[in-house]
Amino acid sequence: MTAVDPHPGPLPRQRVTLRPWLLSLPALVLFAAVVVTPLVMTVVLSFHDFSTMGGIKPVFILKNWHDVFTDEYYREMFGRTIRIALWVTAICAVAGAPEAYILSRMSARWRGIFLLAILGPLLISVVARTLGWALLFGGATGVVNQALMKLGLLSRPLPFMFTETGMVVALSHVLVPFMVLSVWAALQRLDPQVENAALSLGASHATVLTRVVLPQAMPGVLSGAIIVFSLAASAFATPAIIGGRRLKVASTLAYDEFLNTLNWPLGAAVAVLLLAGIAAIVFGANRLVERRYASVFE
Amino acid sequence: MSFLVLDKLTKRFGDHVAVDALSLAVEQGEFVSLLGPSGCGKTTTLQMIAGFVEATSGSATLEGRDLLSMRPAQRGLGIVFQSYALFPHMTVTQNVAFGLEMRGVSRAERESRVAEALALVGLAKLADRYPRRMSGGQQQRVALARALVIRPRILLLDEPLSNLDAKLREEMQIELRQIQRTVGTTTLLVTHDQAEAMALSDRVVVMNAGKVEQVARPDEAYERPATPFVAAFLGKTNRLMVDGAEVTVRPERIRFCNEGSGMPGRVAARIFQGNHWLYHVDTGSGRVIVIRQNAGDAVPAEGDNVRIAW
Amino acid sequence: MSRNGPLALAFHAAFVTFMVAPIAIVVLVAFTPEGFLSVPMTHWSLRWFRAIAGYPEFIEAFWSSLLLGALSSAIAITLSVPAALAVSRYRFPGRQALTALFLSPLMIPNVVLGIAFLRFFTQVGIGGTFAGLVLAHVVIVFPFALRLVLASATGLDRALENAAISLGASGFTVFRRVTLPLILPGVASGWMLAFIQSFDEVTMTVFIATPGASTLPVRMFLYIQDNIDPLVASVSAVVIAVTLIFMLLLDRLYGLDRLLSGRGRD
Repeated sequence: MTAVDPHPGPLPRQRVTLRPWLLSLPALVLFAAVVVTPLVMTVVLSFHDFSTMGGIKPVFILKNWHDVFTDEYYREMFGRTIRIALWVTAICAVAGAPEAYILSRMSARWRGIFLLAILGPLLISVVARTLGWALLFGGATGVVNQALMKLGLLSRPLPFMFTETGMVVALSHVLVPFMVLSVWAALQRLDPQVENAALSLGASHATVLTRVVLPQAMPGVLSGAIIVFSLAASAFATPAIIGGRRLKVASTLAYDEFLNTLNWPLGAAVAVLLLAGIAAIVFGANRLVERRYASVFE
Repeated sequence: MSFLVLDKLTKRFGDHVAVDALSLAVEQGEFVSLLGPSGCGKTTTLQMIAGFVEATSGSATLEGRDLLSMRPAQRGLGIVFQSYALFPHMTVTQNVAFGLEMRGVSRAERESRVAEALALVGLAKLADRYPRRMSGGQQQRVALARALVIRPRILLLDEPLSNLDAKLREEMQIELRQIQRTVGTTTLLVTHDQAEAMALSDRVVVMNAGKVEQVARPDEAYERPATPFVAAFLGKTNRLMVDGAEVTVRPERIRFCNEGSGMPGRVAARIFQGNHWLYHVDTGSGRVIVIRQNAGDAVPAEGDNVRIAW
Repeated sequence: MSRNGPLALAFHAAFVTFMVAPIAIVVLVAFTPEGFLSVPMTHWSLRWFRAIAGYPEFIEAFWSSLLLGALSSAIAITLSVPAALAVSRYRFPGRQALTALFLSPLMIPNVVLGIAFLRFFTQVGIGGTFAGLVLAHVVIVFPFALRLVLASATGLDRALENAAISLGASGFTVFRRVTLPLILPGVASGWMLAFIQSFDEVTMTVFIATPGASTLPVRMFLYIQDNIDPLVASVSAVVIAVTLIFMLLLDRLYGLDRLLSGRGRD
């Protein structure tokens, strides 16, 4: 019974309203208790007061929020966070999109191997991956630095650890698979015959790329960019390891407040601002992309 | 009292009436087709009888018992779905035996009844095959066996042949008819293919936009359509204005005749269809479709001036 | 036969090197016989793997992570199967919102979740316990499990369940004999992907872990803050090995690209 009924369903209608809620109940309870409640509590926490003597005082003040928005120190943190996120997004787009395209033009066997090589790292702990960068470029003992100095190409090791450049490079490595994934998914939906049609009408390969493939792959690039940006802005382990205590971003700042300074309310404010900022940017960007491309896809 | 009685069966989805007060009486052992275009309500009717869609109003009784108050699992109907819906993780034997398992039939009896059903549809050799290793036609037979083995009071077929290619479809139509005659199960077929409905059924129920246009034997409905819709839906038909009155004529009833009689026209298109020629003739009363048997003789060509009569 | 020109292939080679180099170097350094990192490497030794034995906190954290991963994935899968069935089978008001809620941990930065859990657990009194870790990880991995089970469930031909019902099967029998066997690939892969996500997770866990209840990634992270040496490289190599096994399994079953975009096999 799959054909014409506009409202298909496996069971008579009177059961539909209750069943799905009963089925989702365990998960729903879990989420209400362990997701919604803690988040609400965190927002509330950001309005509390803190002193090194008295600890957390459950009052309602705007001090933390005022500090976060006006203090130069925090402005610099958030500025750095966004700056790094933008750089990472740009690099991932420029590197990941062409790579996805190259992959799509490979024979099946090679494609499978390389997809594994490129997407596999996503499943490997970010700590291990970032450690690799530290081992490669970490000061004088970094493997690449050692090799280049031994070969006489360098007199001093390339600065990497505790630099923003290092953070950008390592984060790009961690996040570019998401871009490849997103563009890859978009390219999968392409009808290969469309490229052939363009060629048959006299277009050069370059034209096919820019006028036929790229516009269709764009939604993939854009949604990949949104994913990469939000992950880069909220990244923790990589900035912590590469940037260290000197170069903080929003996440490591929050960590510092929570586990070192113990100023939980301030840390909560930083975290909530990070969440709200990312949510706003992601939501807004998604709307833009959908509106721009809605007519093409559905 | 009839075997299956549908009385003013209605289904409304919000403002849209999918099935409008459908009433029908089906006798035991009859093969009845619900025929109509997409959206006419035939599938919805079947779903209501099966219990997968709840009726808005009306009743359905089977052997005098109220069908609609029973849960789908209790109605004891045999259903062949359009996609066959064979359990992909079970072999043919396990698929066919499933309904018997649900009824608590003993293993020995299950085995013999399954073997019987598979023999009936000609698939005894594929008993241990998995559905994905079978052709569409074979899968369709398994679905039929699975529905029949439980000895249902009614067999419901939802466009069972629509996924088969033309030749296979014709063969299956004949087989389906023979099986139904052998087993004698009351059968309800849903289809949009008028040729199929006419070939298989004792009676056809022609539906349009939720309403029944005509219930009759196939030849009756064809020769004496009750409404213009039925006339146009079953086979091909011509509707012409002749001397101020509207006339409907079947294409096969029109012949080419000599000068001096009939209506003049010009052959606009001629299509060869194997055992007959299909003509589109432009006349003063409009375009007329003519079917001319292929008797191996000379026939008018495209562009010829002809005269037609019936 | 590749349709890529030499320029494209050169770019591709550089890209793949970029992706693999850090991971390869970790594994290489793990096998160094020296106490520091040096190139070129002429010998290799298992010295640093043996040295792990002298760091019981790593070994204990390893087993903790394994148990945590297995347990939280199992719980997440158990909760996501009925949820996936609810969302894929029925159209009801609130369906979109419910799905969004269940997938929300993907949208919320793990750093924020870590903070939220820390606050919540401390207030409720389960801060610093293994149970707290499990609870937090169940939430984090739930969307991954759900996406894969959902992909399997929506790919299921609805007519199959109707067919079983028409043949006389009632609710739970339909689930046990027809639905579950057919969504099993989604369930198995969902469990495995959830396990990997839990096993790797550090950003959220670092907030709620304590010396008494910690995971391997957190221990590694804390160690790296103070020193970068072949020891942590060898621990990482072990982690990479474990992940590789699951990864190859999952790619076999599903294809990594489909898996990671949550679509599963058709």
